[in-house]
Amino acid sequence: MIRKDLVDEIVAHALRDHPREACGVLAGPEGSDRPERAIPMFNNAQSDTFYEFEPSEHQRVYRTLDEGDERVVVIYHSHTSTEAYPSRTDIAVASGPLADTSAHYVLVSTREDQPAGEHEFRSYRIVDGAVTEEPVEVVESYMFSHTGADDVPDGR
Amino acid sequence: MAITVSIPTILRPHTGGAKSVEAHGSTVSEIISDLDSRHSGIKARLVKDGTLHRFVNIYVNDEDVRFAGGLDAPVADGASVTILPAVAGGS
Repeated sequence: MIRKDLVDEIVAHALRDHPREACGVLAGPEGSDRPERAIPMFNNAQSDTFYEFEPSEHQRVYRTLDEGDERVVVIYHSHTSTEAYPSRTDIAVASGPLADTSAHYVLVSTREDQPAGEHEFRSYRIVDGAVTEEPVEVVESYMFSHTGADDVPDGR
Repeated sequence: MAITVSIPTILRPHTGGAKSVEAHGSTVSEIISDLDSRHSGIKARLVKDGTLHRFVNIYVNDEDVRFAGGLDAPVADGASVTILPAVAGGS
């Protein structure tokens, strides 16, 4: 489940950086699975076919999240001429020894053969080389959605 | 003076949940061995076939050790070491 404004922010970032790949994370409270804010990252590769977090920015963001008791809930990037499906490189890196297997990998495609204003937006879990697509439920707000951890008992 | 090592989320079960721990050593390799002696299992996640795992990034005072000698990179007293997963990909 993801808030619509976060989806819009990812798509806007991807379009802004097109034809270069865009990348970033969505952060949420530690221990939750709920993305609350987008952190667009600089693509250190500045490439149409590759992305890589810039080391000092990566460290700075990671430290800030740690100090604020936040975690990376989503890692996103764009594919600018292919579909929104993890590439072999995406899968290999996401299966690295320190990769967080609870992260959601979101891919957005900015390739040109899509209907006007539409951009393929898909989410995956990647564990040990195995890719599992998951449905993306876009909501206006988490408040009235059943997000699990935030469901407040009504006392009845 | 000890060296402060920032531990990535996925390795925190090895450090009892600690986000950073102290370590001793004068190279990255010695630091990793020292960590592993107290937090068993860490070394296997970072080192493969005697070199730093391809998808593991280690920084000493913000400098990527890959450009400073890899596992042999020197670590000065009081330095701050950060271990992070590589985040990259392609299409």
